Formats: sequence, C-alpha cells, structure tokens
Amino acid sequence: MIEIKNIRKVFNAGKTNEFAAIDGVSLQVDSDRITVFKGPSGSGKTTLLSILGCMVRPTSGRIEVNGREITSLPERFLAEIRRSGFGFIFQQYNLIRGMTALENVMIPSYPTGERRSSLKKRAVELLVLFNVPHKAGSRVEELSGGEAQRVTIARALMNNPRFVIADEPTAHLDTKLSREFMDIMLGLKTEGKTILIASHDPVVCDSIAVDRLVGMRDGRITTVDDRR
Amino acid sequence: MTFIQKQRNILDVALCSLLRRKGKNLSLVAAYVFVIFLLSSVMFITDALKREASFVLKDAPEMIVQRLVAGRHELVPTAYAKVIGKIRGVQSVSPRLWGYYYDATNGANYTLIVHQDLITSPGSIMVGRGVARHLPAGGNGTIPFKACDGSYLFLEIRSVLPSESELVSADLVLMSEPDFRRLFQMPEGYATDLVLRVRNVRELSTIAAKVVQLLPDTRPVSRDEILRTYDAVFSWRSGLVIVIFAGTLSAFLILAWDKATGLSAEEKREIGLLKAVGWETSDVLLMKFWEGMAVSLVSFLTGIILAYVHIFFTSASLFKPALKGWAVLYPDFRLTPFIDGQHAATLFFLTVVPYTAATIVPSWRTATMDPDSVMRS
Repeated sequence: MIEIKNIRKVFNAGKTNEFAAIDGVSLQVDSDRITVFKGPSGSGKTTLLSILGCMVRPTSGRIEVNGREITSLPERFLAEIRRSGFGFIFQQYNLIRGMTALENVMIPSYPTGERRSSLKKRAVELLVLFNVPHKAGSRVEELSGGEAQRVTIARALMNNPRFVIADEPTAHLDTKLSREFMDIMLGLKTEGKTILIASHDPVVCDSIAVDRLVGMRDGRITTVDDRR
Repeated sequence: MTFIQKQRNILDVALCSLLRRKGKNLSLVAAYVFVIFLLSSVMFITDALKREASFVLKDAPEMIVQRLVAGRHELVPTAYAKVIGKIRGVQSVSPRLWGYYYDATNGANYTLIVHQDLITSPGSIMVGRGVARHLPAGGNGTIPFKACDGSYLFLEIRSVLPSESELVSADLVLMSEPDFRRLFQMPEGYATDLVLRVRNVRELSTIAAKVVQLLPDTRPVSRDEILRTYDAVFSWRSGLVIVIFAGTLSAFLILAWDKATGLSAEEKREIGLLKAVGWETSDVLLMKFWEGMAVSLVSFLTGIILAYVHIFFTSASLFKPALKGWAVLYPDFRLTPFIDGQHAATLFFLTVVPYTAATIVPSWRTATMDPDSVMRS
C-alpha cells in the first residue's frame, strides 16, 4: 500500500514562472488494485505518478510505501526501492535505441549482480508471456508501437515489482491494442500486482479492470470513484 | 561474485553504449589515438636519443686539449703531448687528426677522421652508411678527394661502418694519417687536438689547470663538458619536438574539455531512464567510467603501439626534418627500442585519468538529478 499525505510539488521555485504541479494531495493507494488517474493535460497526473514511484521528491508532504516513510530517504535507497518495488511503463516507451528488445528488458536487473544467463532466461520468459519472443534480437527502433509497448511492460516486470506504474500507456496505441493492454494489466492485478495508471483514454478509464478512478485538475484531486 | 557479475553487466552496457554511437566514438578514438601517437612518439624519441648519446660517448676520452689563436681553434703542435704527458695523473696523450670536407659532386659535407686501424694502409678509407649510400651506382669503390693543391686523391673504400649509431656516423670518413695530411696540406708535427686519458677522473680539474698553466695557449675540454654539449644538442632536438608535445597536449586538453562539458540530450535521457528503472547514481557513474576507460585505454594502447612502430621501425619518419641537422647525408638510423616506464606512466596519468574523469563529471551532474527531471528535460 502507498499512502501520500498533503503532497505538494512546486517547479521553478522562487522564479517568476513558479507553479505547483501538485497542490496538497492526500491519497491512499490500496494493494492488488488498478487505480487510474484521469485528467486533462497539465492536471498533475504524471507528476503524481512520478512522486508515487519515487522518481521525484515532493516539495513537501509525506509518502509511505508499505508503512515505510520514504520521503527523507537518501537517493541510493530510493533507487533500491524503485528497482525492487516499482516497474515503469512510460508514455514514450523510453526504450534505449540501438539495443535489442532483450537487452532493454534486462536493463533494470543489471545492477543486482545476477548472472547474465539467469537474467536472459527471465527476460525471454517475459517476452514469451507478452507474445514477442521473436523480437528478442530486434533493435527497438525496428519494433511496431504494440511490440514496443509489450517490451516496455516486460522491462517493467523484470525485477518482479509489487507496483506497476504506467503513464499514458495507450497514447500511441489503437483501440484494439489499448484493450489488449488493459487485459494484460488485469492479468497482472490477478497475480497480485498493484497497478497505477495515468490516462485520459476512455478505453482505459472505462475498462472493467479498473477498481478506482481518481479525477485530477490543476494539481488537485477532484473526484474519487471507487468501483469495487 | 555478485560484485564481479555486476561489473560485467555494467561493462556490457557501457560497451554497448559505445557501439551505439559508433561514428561519434570512432572519431573520438581517432583523435585520441593521434594525440597519444604524437605525445608518445616525442617521448620515445627523446628517451632513445639520450640513450644513443650515452652510447656514443661511452668511450669518449676524459679530456681533449685544443690550441687557441685569437680565440679560434688552431692546429696544436704534437710536441705539446710530451709536456702534457709529464703531468702527474695523465695516463696517456695522443694527437688526433680530423676535419671537414665538402664533396662538390654529392653536395655533401663529410667528417674526416684519422683512424689508427688504417695507419698501415694509406689509400684506404672506411665510410659511414650515409656516405656509402651516396656513391654512384656501378662505381669502382673509390672516392676522389680534391686536395688543397687542386690535385685529386683517389681513396678506396675498405669497409662501411656499422650502423649502431648512424645518427653520428652517417657522414664519417676514416682515413690514414698520410692521406689526411696530403689532402689538407697539414704539416708534420701538428694535430687537430690532443686526447688525454687520466688515472683518476676526480683529478680532471687539477690536470686541466696544470695544462693551462704549462701551455697558456691551450683549452682543455673535459668529457663532462662534451657530455653537456651533446646533451644540449639532443635536448635541442627534443626541444624542437617539445613544441609538438606542448601543442598536442593542449589539443588533448581541448578534447577532454569538450567531452567534459558535453552530454547529448539522448545520453541525458538514457541516464534518466537508467535511474528511473532502479540504477543508482554510482551504477551510472560506473558505466560512464567503463565507457571512458574503454575509449582511453584502447586509444592509449593503439597510440603507444603506433608510436613505437613509428620511432623504432620507421626511424621516426615524421620527425625526420627535425633530426636531419646540417649534414646533407641524412642519417638512416634505427634507434634501439627503449621505453622509460616512468615516462610511459606519466603519459598514462596525463591522458587516461583526466579523460576518464572528464567522461564521468557531466554524467555525475545529470545522474544526481531526479530521474523524472532528467527525462523531461
């Protein structure tokens, strides 16, 4: 479970263009559920996900992951939490160009010091799970949007994290692929993963897989729709 | 084991990252190799020339006595040898005959020295490789020398000098005393200078003082002074290339500075991503360290090997203009391969270490930022 208390994130502090991307948000994210953050561009969804995923520190407020306060932890501990606890699916996929799909999937596990053969075995299993084993040796720039998306999901799951964070995951996918993505998320939820998604795509927001829909605007939570 | 595996994994990503930017990194390696090549060529040739100088002067006499007239070097009467020979501590004194000869046919200057091995065979000479190379093809093995009276002296080449130190022997002609005196019309009882052997080198200054006292028109020159002169000559030669050294080192610093201040948007995004998926700042820096080490080690070793081949196998072909000197008979010498470990280590620390540091610094700046901020920028 993740709990955030009175989180505020200010960019360009002290300058004329200072603005608060997140302004006093408190929320409890329950485990084994799919929570979707919905809102227009600039509403603070991505920033909130980054804060929840320990990718950025809030200007003020507290974050607790499974009861452990992490806001004041040094960077190296946050890196460890990100590596073992979170898997990220980015809007732009953020796969490293020039590397193969397999190498991209293995990337998060390199610093663990695990044997390369064992990493490769796990990465291949994930690519098989998401129906792209034949793309293992392909460079990521040769992948279609759907294939790149699946490779990104495989990478997010490489360290078997408790939480999966997806930022606008269907932005570059057609309706069919978007539905397939939500089916994959549903499968992950049933395996016990907690899913956090930022999206304003109706295919995502209206999906039956979603347990909770959090509406956002101007850095604040406007609505919370618990569907279970 | 985990530590080693982690290093291997990160090294793997680092090499992969280098290969992904093949064009950029190859041009970087090329520039780096060129810099190392020039720097180490200068280093090799300087060290080898110094060794060559010590080799040449190994058997040099402890002291030479010259005669001066109006401040100019003048022929010395061989009778002076008897006077000097009586000084306590002097082991032996012998007159030496040598001079320069301009060969109009080849347009070259020869250094002529009377050699004791040829004392019984007038009409014969021994020549350096430079002289031998310039002989006309199909010649009968003789060189015509035009004497002071206008007549010609045909001297037969008995042998060519070994090439151990061609840098100083290329233009050398060794001949017998009668031939030398005839060529220059030099009167009997005179020599170019006198060479002394002493029993104890610590008495050299005392002996020199006694020589001047007994023969006020002479100038004793000790081996230490000759060594200093030779060193100055070789240092001058080094001094000439030290300009290249300084220029190249500056070019390297610019290269390193450019690297230190530049990190492409793609590289920054990659660092942000690696941090986002759980790499620690130290992991990113380790990767950049391996990248820097791979580039600089490959470049350093390639540059050193190329410089070694350049100096010791192609006789420093690029530096020849600086080594030719005033003689027209250019030496075709092969320097004895020699690497001064301390100098090589200094070059390593002057190049590999700053370059690797220069690779890490900009990455460190990026890696210490929030991954989200880096990926958004």
